[in-house]
Amino acid sequence: MHIMEGFLPVGHAVAWTAVSAPFVVVGARRLRRRLAERPEARLTLGAVGAFAFVLSALKLPSVTGSCSHPTGVGLGAMAFGPGAMTVVGTVVLLFQALLLAHGGLTTLGANVFSMAVAGPWIAWGAWTLARRFGAAPAVAVFLGAFLGDLGTYLVTSAQLALAFPDPAAGVAGAFAKFAGIFALTQVPLAVAEGLVTVVVMNALTARGYLEARA
Amino acid sequence: MTGRTNAILLLAAAGIVAAPLALRLPGEYAGADGQARETIEASGYTPWFEGLWSPPSGEVESLLFALQAALGAGVLGYVLGRRQGRKDHR
Repeated sequence: MHIMEGFLPVGHAVAWTAVSAPFVVVGARRLRRRLAERPEARLTLGAVGAFAFVLSALKLPSVTGSCSHPTGVGLGAMAFGPGAMTVVGTVVLLFQALLLAHGGLTTLGANVFSMAVAGPWIAWGAWTLARRFGAAPAVAVFLGAFLGDLGTYLVTSAQLALAFPDPAAGVAGAFAKFAGIFALTQVPLAVAEGLVTVVVMNALTARGYLEARA
Repeated sequence: MTGRTNAILLLAAAGIVAAPLALRLPGEYAGADGQARETIEASGYTPWFEGLWSPPSGEVESLLFALQAALGAGVLGYVLGRRQGRKDHR
C-alpha cells in the first residue's frame, strides 16, 4: 500500500497531507493525555505498536503470484483506539520512508491516510458493529483486523485511481486496475492477519492488558 | 481460548501464506507496491521527487526490514512475557 516517493502529483500529495495532519495531531494529543492518566497503558501501547512493526515488515506471498504486507494496525485500533494507531502507523511509515526507501515523504500524507487513519477506523468500526450484532469476541476481532487490512489497500487503490484516471475508463477503470494489483493480493494476507490478531488479542486479554482500555 | 485453539489459528495463518509457494502458483512474486509503480510509469508519469536516501542493495534493505520485525517481536515478547512470568511465580 506504499505509494512510492514522488508518485503522487503535487496537488494530490499536498491535499492528502492536509487531510491526514489533523488526525495525527489530535491522535498524538489524546494519546499523550491518556498515557499521563494511565501510565500502565504504556505496556499495552508498546505491545500493539510492536505488533504493527512486525506485521508491516513482512512481505508475504499471495495467490496472485505477487507479494504484499499486512498492516498490523487493526489489533491496536481494537485494543487501544483508532487514534492511537494513527500515531503508531505514522511512526512506522516514517521509519520505512526514511530508512527503507519504502513509501516517501511526499506521499506520507496519503499513506498515513490509508494505513494509519482509514485502516484503524475501519477495523474499530467493524469490530464494534460485529459485537453489537452479537458476534463472538474472536469473530469480531477477526472481522476487524481482516476488514481494516483490506480497507487500507482499497483506499490506496482509490488514491491512485484519483491521481491517475484511466484515459479511456476514467477513475472507475483505474480503480479496478489498481484494486486488481492490491486488493486481490491482499485477501488471503488479510485473512492471515485476522487469525494472528485473534491469537495476540487472546494473549493480551489473558494477561490483563486490556483492562487499561478506555 | 485454549493454547490448542491458538496453535490451530497460527498454523492456519502459516498455511495460507505458504500455500501459493507450496502449490507452485505461477508468478514472479514481486511486490504489489512495485507493480503499482510500473503501472503508473507505463502511463508516462515521471516522479517529481526522489528519496533522500535509499538502501544501496537488496541485502541492506532486507537487513533493515529484518531489524524492524526483530524490534517489534522483541518488544511484544517482553510485554507478554512480563505478565506471564508474574503469573507463573504466583
